[in-house]
Amino acid sequence: MLSEPLPCSCGLNHIVHNGGLYKRPFNEAFEETPMLVAVLTYVGYGVLTLFGYLRDFMRQWKIEKCQNATEREEQKDFVPLYQDFENFYNRNLYMRIRDSWNRPICSVPGAKVDMMERVSHDYNWTFTYTGRVIKDIINMGSYNYLGFAQKAGTCQEAAAKVLSQYGAGVCSTRQEMGNLDKHEELEKLVARFLGVESAMAYGMGFATNSMNIPALVGKGCLILSDELNHASLVLGARLSGATIRIFKHNNMQSLEKLLKDAIVHGQPRTRRPWKKILILVEGIYSMEGSIVRLPEVIALKKKYKSYLYLDEAHSIGALGPSGRGVVEYFGLSPEDVDVMMGTFTKSFGAAGGYIGGKKELIDYLRTYSHSAVYATSLSPPVVEQIITSMKCIMGEDGTNVGKARVQQLAENTRYFRRRLKEMGFIIYGNEDSPVVPLMLYMPAKIGAFGREMLKRNIGVVVVGFPATPIIESRARFCLSAAHTKEMLDTALKEINEVGDLLQLKYSRHRLVPLLDRPFDETTYEETED
Amino acid sequence: WESFLPSQVLVQPVQLICLYAPAYHLILEGILILWIIRLLFSKTYKLQERSDLTPKEKEELIEEWQPEPLVPPVPKDHPALNYNVVSGPPTHIITVNGKECINFASFNFLGLLDNEKVKSAAQASLKKYGVGTCGPRGFYGTFDVHLELEERLAKFMRTEEAIIYSYGFATIASAIPAYSKRGDIVFVDEAACFAIQKGLQASRSNIKLFKHNDMADLERLLKEQETEDQKNPRKARVTRRFIVVEGLYMNTGDVCPLPELIKLKYKYKVRIFLEESLSFGVLGEHGRGITEHFGINIDDIDLISANMENSLASIGGFCCGRSFIIDHQRLSGQGYCFSASLPPLLAAAAIEALNIMEDNPDIFQTLRAKCERIHELLQGISGLKVVGESFSPALHLQLEESCGSRENDVKLLKRVVDYCMNSGIALTQARYLEKEEKCLPPPSIRVVVTVEQTEQELDKAASLLKEAAQSVLN
Repeated sequence: MLSEPLPCSCGLNHIVHNGGLYKRPFNEAFEETPMLVAVLTYVGYGVLTLFGYLRDFMRQWKIEKCQNATEREEQKDFVPLYQDFENFYNRNLYMRIRDSWNRPICSVPGAKVDMMERVSHDYNWTFTYTGRVIKDIINMGSYNYLGFAQKAGTCQEAAAKVLSQYGAGVCSTRQEMGNLDKHEELEKLVARFLGVESAMAYGMGFATNSMNIPALVGKGCLILSDELNHASLVLGARLSGATIRIFKHNNMQSLEKLLKDAIVHGQPRTRRPWKKILILVEGIYSMEGSIVRLPEVIALKKKYKSYLYLDEAHSIGALGPSGRGVVEYFGLSPEDVDVMMGTFTKSFGAAGGYIGGKKELIDYLRTYSHSAVYATSLSPPVVEQIITSMKCIMGEDGTNVGKARVQQLAENTRYFRRRLKEMGFIIYGNEDSPVVPLMLYMPAKIGAFGREMLKRNIGVVVVGFPATPIIESRARFCLSAAHTKEMLDTALKEINEVGDLLQLKYSRHRLVPLLDRPFDETTYEETED
Repeated sequence: WESFLPSQVLVQPVQLICLYAPAYHLILEGILILWIIRLLFSKTYKLQERSDLTPKEKEELIEEWQPEPLVPPVPKDHPALNYNVVSGPPTHIITVNGKECINFASFNFLGLLDNEKVKSAAQASLKKYGVGTCGPRGFYGTFDVHLELEERLAKFMRTEEAIIYSYGFATIASAIPAYSKRGDIVFVDEAACFAIQKGLQASRSNIKLFKHNDMADLERLLKEQETEDQKNPRKARVTRRFIVVEGLYMNTGDVCPLPELIKLKYKYKVRIFLEESLSFGVLGEHGRGITEHFGINIDDIDLISANMENSLASIGGFCCGRSFIIDHQRLSGQGYCFSASLPPLLAAAAIEALNIMEDNPDIFQTLRAKCERIHELLQGISGLKVVGESFSPALHLQLEESCGSRENDVKLLKRVVDYCMNSGIALTQARYLEKEEKCLPPPSIRVVVTVEQTEQELDKAASLLKEAAQSVLN
């Protein structure tokens, strides 16, 4: 029932409309690592490891000063807190390029941001702030998809009013004395936004996953989790005590095989049938930029009577013609997804998470969720920010601002991805995903890319091991509706320069630039090999 | 050459064997060769009968399987399903379910929830940074406010470094698994709160529970571990050991005997993690917590973790200690690396709250006096007993005699709470997840003392509780 991807001479995977499951083309590509690049990357890591051993040796024999913090004198005979090898990567590889991360900013994280300048005189072991502020850096790293990170405007004014009325904290849990009328208002609005019966909001997105999955499944249940799921989903699955099986990333054949085997063979050793099966997927995977194959997952879920838990942390607000997320993007009904989870941090410019679904599900979570019983509820000004921004996206504030932003984000995404592909970089992920990973591969280029882009006033995020496989380090751009075309063009120009400087244009499938005219049926893309 | 022809090479030795070998040898060899030929050509059989199902049978199994519903239905009158709705701010005078009451249920110990200075600091931050941080600490989510708050907390607690989390529960639940891994040993008090239990579960270490505040029991466990170590010294050299205790226990209102713990720490070489959510901003001359209360050198405690949701009236949590220990969490604390950072307005509110705490150290004395007063006033209520230290601002009122089942106890306490709510004192029952807690505390009413409550209000609360107990329990 699932078709095989069509083999294409150009090496890209196009899944054509598959028996009506997909109402729109699904273009996802993960170009293979060129062999020479892979070899050179391993060589690079090998050299770094050798130097790491050399430096450790020199530090041990006191030839080189050891800058690490050390244990107290009185506790030197305790069992060492860290194993030496655990920190090998930290000391010798991470420390060299540590300045690419934890960059402190001092303005609102909008499309342009101000950063505090910091220098290191001892190769990144310690930083000192020069006191200077680098102004107006184009921010391609913050998760600000719809541009609601603003310091002025309706959202901020509403939040300020609620802050002066309610205060910043809550000092109690939901089940005790922390359930404010604001929370009930928010939950009704979220349910309406998603198109589900009921919803519940929590104070932290990470905690939403790690505290609710254990409430839903337990021993005797099976969790089928995607290979590249976020740490919060993995932690929630582990804490639940259920059996976890992993299927290959976005691979429906792998998922179907696991489902079949699970139902036919039952629990291992005892052969009892499973109590329930829960499939954990994300809407957009933030490291790959890929979108889940939701129509196929829902078809499988219905066939094998399992339950679907969809984590829309990055896709809510960012996908779909009116920003309702990946379910709307594929034209499906929210009733097909059993548990719709998402966060308010990315597209709504606030903090926290939510779960939406049927009324029985939410009633159960109100009673048994760990967060409702033991953790403080959301802060009132944050709740107000979510309410205002959500109303704006839905168009209920009487303006078209929300709709315009959603459209602007979609345009920015298409434009940015197309231009990068034309330049010859290897870009992973789906064409419509606002998360754009650009492959760097070699360890030295991770640090170099981050620094060169900062010199040119563009802030990017670079990721390496262990967030990604060891040879697939990448730079990840997060597009925003707040980015204007000029900002994107500036960024693209600088990326082009740096790409030439660092020789990052690995792609062997350069796209011929499309003529800039509106799409019509007769034009098609040509690729050269 | 002729003697090396193949036929001769083969034929001659065979002829020699047949002539010189004894007869029984030949017969045995012949039988063996025939046996080998038989084995080679016989059908193989498997040791375990693996029933390979036909595709049709698999289809049938898939058709027949019926999963449980995703969630079991919750009865409409479940006590935890109907929340109290608070309209307006949860401050000293609180409007619960439409009725105005005096708040004895929110952990607003220092009354900073509606402090004007705190609110204006948060407003200034809101105007500068907006609400959310749109990213984790590693990816442009580190604001100067966070760095300032961490510095201030470290200075206040007199430690080298502090690290902040965006959610109070996640603080200790991420800190413990960052240090304690599979194979390590953790000695934890029975009455430890749920966040600690989840942190321990995530760490996959060996958990050893000791009786609440019972140092003899802990020493017994430590001695047992010592004898185990002597049997296997190599393993003992790499097994880390920790003791996890709370300063003021949320579940019992007791304080932990820290001086004895320090002695045990150096005797048995165990590290101490101290959870100070209730005692931060309450105990000690300047509010620095239980280390100040007992006059202990803060470097003796390896890690102090607290949440900012009680005394500091903000959201989030922090850990403080020596750089050697805290810096590790910046890369391995799950709630720190994989989650968005604390909204700047909440960090600014916490900084201002710290300022107030530093400028007015006499509020701690005032709070302690009020706690002692209510502790005394609540003694002698027939049917209810007070559980907790006299200087603990969060006490429990438990039934002196249980009715038999937990459900009935809960219903009875609910009637007491409703009686008080109807007369203007907002109280709540302490909520637990009954099936998930390791050592479920008995049902109780939580009484929280704040600095804003006047003496008349304390007296009113005590007399109302006496009345309620009289009418409901007798």
